[in-house]
Amino acid sequence: MTSFPATDEAVRIAAPAQGSLRRKRRRETLRNLAFLSPWLLGVGLFFLYPLFSTIYFSFVKYDGYTPPTLVGLRNWKYVFTDFPNFWPAMENTVWLVLIMVTLRVAFGLGIGLLITKIKTGAGLFRTAFYLPYLAPPVAATMSFAFLLNPGTGPVNNILGALGLPQPGWFNDPTWSKPALTLLAIWGIGDLMVIFMASLLDVPKEQYEASELDGAGPLRRFQHITLPNISPIIMFAVVTGIIQAMQYYTQPLVAGKVASGVIGGSGQQFEPGYPDKSTLTLPQLVYNLGFQRFDIGSASVVALVLFVLSMIFTGLLMRRRGGLLSAED
Amino acid sequence: MPRVHRAVAAAAAIALFGTACTGTPAGTTASDDPSAKNVEILFWHGWSAPSEVKGIEASIKNFQAKFPNIKVKVVGNINDDKIKQALRTGGPSSPDVVSSFTTTNVGAFCSSNVFTDLKPFIEKSAINLEETFPKPVLDYTQFEGKRCALPLLNDAYGLYYNKDAFKAAGIANPPKTLSEFEAVAKKLTKPKGDTFSQLGFMPNYHGYEVTTSQYGALWGLKYFDEQGKSNASKDPNFVKAYQGQKKLVDALGGFAKLEKYRTTFGDEWGAKNPFHTGQVAMTFDGEWRAGMAKDAGIKFELGVAPVPVPDDQEDSYGKGYLSGTIIGISNKSEKKNAAWELTKYLTTDTDAVVNFSNAIHNVPSTFEALKSPKLADDPIMDVFIGIAQHKDSNSAPASVNGGAYLVTLQDLGYQYESGKITDLPAALKKADEQIDKDIAQAK
Repeated sequence: MTSFPATDEAVRIAAPAQGSLRRKRRRETLRNLAFLSPWLLGVGLFFLYPLFSTIYFSFVKYDGYTPPTLVGLRNWKYVFTDFPNFWPAMENTVWLVLIMVTLRVAFGLGIGLLITKIKTGAGLFRTAFYLPYLAPPVAATMSFAFLLNPGTGPVNNILGALGLPQPGWFNDPTWSKPALTLLAIWGIGDLMVIFMASLLDVPKEQYEASELDGAGPLRRFQHITLPNISPIIMFAVVTGIIQAMQYYTQPLVAGKVASGVIGGSGQQFEPGYPDKSTLTLPQLVYNLGFQRFDIGSASVVALVLFVLSMIFTGLLMRRRGGLLSAED
Repeated sequence: MPRVHRAVAAAAAIALFGTACTGTPAGTTASDDPSAKNVEILFWHGWSAPSEVKGIEASIKNFQAKFPNIKVKVVGNINDDKIKQALRTGGPSSPDVVSSFTTTNVGAFCSSNVFTDLKPFIEKSAINLEETFPKPVLDYTQFEGKRCALPLLNDAYGLYYNKDAFKAAGIANPPKTLSEFEAVAKKLTKPKGDTFSQLGFMPNYHGYEVTTSQYGALWGLKYFDEQGKSNASKDPNFVKAYQGQKKLVDALGGFAKLEKYRTTFGDEWGAKNPFHTGQVAMTFDGEWRAGMAKDAGIKFELGVAPVPVPDDQEDSYGKGYLSGTIIGISNKSEKKNAAWELTKYLTTDTDAVVNFSNAIHNVPSTFEALKSPKLADDPIMDVFIGIAQHKDSNSAPASVNGGAYLVTLQDLGYQYESGKITDLPAALKKADEQIDKDIAQAK
């Protein structure tokens, strides 16, 4: 490393050069900012502003009408210690994230694998498994509520005819979340297509080489298929978690249909039927914010949801090395 | 200040500025349309059945004939969620006049000021409320002394029964006490395998109008004490009411069996209501059910009577649960005087009240309308008018957070009827604490 003496002469000579360098840098910064401005505007408007507003609202009493007043940690205390619906909603959301996402990914991958292996009629199966994904969530949920109706539904009639137990499905707190999971698995088409594309992309030479080495189907899946599709599994898990954290429509519609509170303009439906077993955190945000107009407490729940999403995604990103192949 | 901190502070300042620009309630009296001339107002209501929609449209038509300077745009089938949200939002598409079926929400409407204080308008029109409306309807349309709503027809709840099923079971008269009721319900129940071909009565909560407030009315429950604190663990009738309901559940087949049968029921507001189809032989419901049952073409003779009362309250037979439609004016309305003209007409004009009452089979809400010769001569409606005027008839009180306390008590009911809660007094104490905490949070 070469060093120059910082004499007065050197400073005098360097000064104009530094000035023009600074101007150049400033121009560059401004240019970069100009290019970045759409993104910055988007982040400011749609991320930072809502985020800081939510943080602010979590410390005020605000009913959406009268001006907000600061109440310190009151909303936080209410949500965590006094509001009976928070912990059931938290438990349900975590259950859905862990069980529903795992099963969706497992089924999506399983069906994708099966269809890529089928020699004849693959197109028919592809269509059959993809079609349910196109059904609107409300229609799909109402159909499931009809199929799984404990009293009149064909599913229980068949189970009864076979001498098997007939669950209460959406009317039984023990079976309501498994029923929702069945509904989610039924609409697996999106994941199936993504997994199929990634499975077909695995280099055939690797399978051929492993077969020559005497690897069986299980070892080939473990050492060739899985490492090759690990980025797609990662994608499926992360997007699945985000979907599960935003789970709102299906449990609400299922609860409404099962409880019988589907008509009647004067009726207000409290989400979570039966017995808070389908209550999710996004429903709680709506219930607190737009049914009870306790915007402060709704903001607390929204922030909890945000932090929870960060934790789940952060944990997965830390495991990124384990999930992604070396080339990624 | 480090750059990151400056950015955070700036964003926070923007957020705070933005949030400071939230809606502020308008004044309680309007000065922009003092003579209410040539204005158009928007009226939201919750009726959805064709006969009811026809009824309200006829009323509005009569109003416009009387007030040609006020045009009324009507939007129906609106629930309370939409009402609460629209009243806060304001703007040209938000309603000026709003009606709601949920009387327990009056507390939330009044305390949040989303409904205009009607006192100045009532004084201007020199309406003597006590001489115009019965006390119970006046009670459920105000909150803590603030008059932000008026009654638009009254609802009384009674016992509907299938006279043919009664005859077939050899029962002569509707039951008057809960003991008689249980015996009659059992007699009318016909098991079929692990379900029923006919059930005497569906006692489970979620049996449509079988709610906490309905059972509460049988027992005359006092939900709050003088200090406004929840009273569930202190009023001994709460324990009796829950135990009585559970006894009925157990007597008629048990929670699980009844629950499974309940899932075979059709829509409460449609033709396949289980009472219409004969799946249940008795039901608690409002006076409108008679009209709906006839519209559905029921094939049995309809009977109505007051709801049964606890054995130790036999002298209160004839009472029932009261509710009704309430009507108010949006505080953000800029046409409050025109909105008041419509509100005043619909609630106090005797012909308007009587015609609307006849059209939708509701109990009139003014003294004048109740004794009007134009009121349809209907023996079924007479039973409900009797219930509405009974001294012991009662209603669930309004609270600052709407019906949140009823949701808490109903949740307790689900858990008790299904056997998840066994220590009822302890559960009631916990419910009291919860209700008080929820109210404190809303204040």
